[in-house]
Amino acid sequence: MELERLRSYAMLCAGAGCVDNGTMNVKTVLDKELRRWGLEKEIGVVLTGCDGFCSDGPVMAVYPEEIFYHTQPIEEIPKLVEEHFLKGRPYERLMISKPSLKTDIPFMNEVPFFKYQVLRVLRNRGLIDPEKIEAYIARDGYQALAKALTEMKPEEIVKVVADSGLRGRGGAGFPTGKKWDLGLKIKSDMKFVVCNGDEGDPGAFMDRAVMEGDPHAVIEGMIICGVATQSHKGYIYVRAEYPLAVKTLQMAIDQCYEMGLLGNNIFDSGFDFDLEIYQGAGAFVCGEATALMRSIEGKRGMPRPKLWRSAVKGLWDRPTVLNNVETFANIPQIVLNGAEWYRSLGTEKSPGTKVFALTGAINNVGLVEVPMDTSLRTIIYEIGGGIKKKGRKFKAVQLGGPSGGCIPEEFLDIPVTYEDIKKSGAIVGSGGMVVMDDSNCMVSTAKFFLDFTADESCGKCAPCRIGTRVMLDLLTDICEGRGQEGDVETLQDLSHDLIEASLCGLGQSAPNPVLSTIQYFRDEYEKHIRDKWCQTGVCRDLSTFVIDKSLCKGCGVCLRACPTKCIMGEKKQPHTISQDLCVHCRTCWDTCKFNAIKILPAAARTAGEAEIERMTAMLAGSQPGTIMAEVAR
Amino acid sequence: MPKLSIADLQKIKGKNRSDYSLKNGGYKAKVVVHMGTCGVASGALSILLTLKDEMSLAKREDIIVIPSGCAGLCAHEPMVTIETVDQPPVKYVDLNEEKMRELFREHIMEGKPIGKYALVSGSEATY
Repeated sequence: MELERLRSYAMLCAGAGCVDNGTMNVKTVLDKELRRWGLEKEIGVVLTGCDGFCSDGPVMAVYPEEIFYHTQPIEEIPKLVEEHFLKGRPYERLMISKPSLKTDIPFMNEVPFFKYQVLRVLRNRGLIDPEKIEAYIARDGYQALAKALTEMKPEEIVKVVADSGLRGRGGAGFPTGKKWDLGLKIKSDMKFVVCNGDEGDPGAFMDRAVMEGDPHAVIEGMIICGVATQSHKGYIYVRAEYPLAVKTLQMAIDQCYEMGLLGNNIFDSGFDFDLEIYQGAGAFVCGEATALMRSIEGKRGMPRPKLWRSAVKGLWDRPTVLNNVETFANIPQIVLNGAEWYRSLGTEKSPGTKVFALTGAINNVGLVEVPMDTSLRTIIYEIGGGIKKKGRKFKAVQLGGPSGGCIPEEFLDIPVTYEDIKKSGAIVGSGGMVVMDDSNCMVSTAKFFLDFTADESCGKCAPCRIGTRVMLDLLTDICEGRGQEGDVETLQDLSHDLIEASLCGLGQSAPNPVLSTIQYFRDEYEKHIRDKWCQTGVCRDLSTFVIDKSLCKGCGVCLRACPTKCIMGEKKQPHTISQDLCVHCRTCWDTCKFNAIKILPAAARTAGEAEIERMTAMLAGSQPGTIMAEVAR
Repeated sequence: MPKLSIADLQKIKGKNRSDYSLKNGGYKAKVVVHMGTCGVASGALSILLTLKDEMSLAKREDIIVIPSGCAGLCAHEPMVTIETVDQPPVKYVDLNEEKMRELFREHIMEGKPIGKYALVSGSEATY
């Protein structure tokens, strides 16, 4: 967030502890008082992360003066504004000095992992026991439902969701308000609200964290959806592989029934809503909305052509509003705080925050929630702490799992909005973000995702059923040394066929990893096909491991680590790898601290010295004549 | 159990705040043990049991123990967050039973946070 140059800034702590003690009330009063004196264009009121004033909070820090104030009792704020901001006299009655902790532990604002995150969906993270509904209520839980039932008409609820600009967090980014509007307008004897908790993307666990850690946020969001669309029955579809989520959600539902938050006549309003959990059975395709609904109906999970929206005819041919876990978890706060509040973060087309499951070759693997205009570079290097393995460099980041694409270094400064990520050829998807370094093979990565989608294809339509299989076979051939000239073009052709002709999102997006890796890493494909060479050593059939004599210190680490004992050499003398025994597991390459292990094409295993020299010249940083391949005869 | 009315929401909120407030509730410390799947998989259950064990050994009941969900920094589980009166909450990472016992004795009982086990102090931003 860029701050323009104003005269002064009043920074208010928006850490969860201070927010509980009234930061937002203070902000309201401050804004009002500054406007009263016409100072709103000179003094900026900024919400910040925690600075450590927790026991005195909420605290207001004024810069550049660096003066710290209590903000309670709140009745003194108008006097403070008049004295300090208008008349320029520090208000001694509320002044405090900067605290110091008893040790050197940094505060949230000083630790990048926390500094760049703003928790909305995850606002209760680490603060509540998810098995206690009282804890959720203590943090303003079910206030939004009360407001929706007693102060708002269904059209008004739909309007605030639409105005907020919230987009479906399952991956498609469809405007949620638009979906709810359709759900409200359609008349039917029965209408349904369904929550998609299938979360099939490998590497994604955002929804799991919400279902396990804050189940009531989802439940409250769903009931509000019921009120908005006048539906009275809801299903939460949870994948069976999330037993803790199922347990926590079921407990939460039971507590709601006990306390009358589910069932008949909620809050004496006359509104009924019933909710139950439906468990998935291990099929990725059941994360697709229409297949999910068929699954709830007891049929094999297979999608249908999208000739009409599910909001018109969905579950049992009745109007059904289906949204992702994260989408529902956003709803209570949007209803409580309004559309403008929601839009105070993010961009115009992608407002709000998004939860990402940040994994891969970085230091801080975890779950992060960031405003949508945060750049990839900030997420990977500041929050993620950069590449973990010493000596390795960033190569690409995969967004959107098997439906997504990879983004190389040159695009790292783009914000993680729906529109910007789409321009680079990837999708934001459900939030899985896998960082890859230069020890990852991009062809192998594409093969990995296609292996997954080919397996998970339901088989209903030929393009996906046959196409994913053929593409997988082609990629397998390429990775095992049987690649031929023209294979890349064939892959691209097939990709476009699948995108155009597949029945559902699984087939339509399965080619994305292939297309984006070809777009940005075509040279890797060509090296695999023409030179039978995998430079990262991941594809075992396309790599030969040799030791560079000029770099090897004879430390013996690789010798001891080698699982087939194929490395030979005296202590402090350059070692050699016996090609006969080498299984190309890459362990030596992983463990060598001197970068002395080099990866040559497959042909090096049986090549003569002149050939080896020619190949070595293709490697950066190696001198000809320093590498010899040993072939035990 | 009687059904909730909207007024009850405020009552429960108020009661929970004072019941769980360190100052008003007369508690010495609040300890959150992060037990999402990532935490449980790395051994958070034994951390929780160790904490309860230390509490009963020291015969202290004025410590609030909250088993919560994932803390977000899955690479460094098991994690706990300890808050003592008049101090910001401190997040500890990469724990084991031994470290938990040390933390109980030094931070919870004596109010001295252990810097080398800690990652960060304070509350996460939520607005």
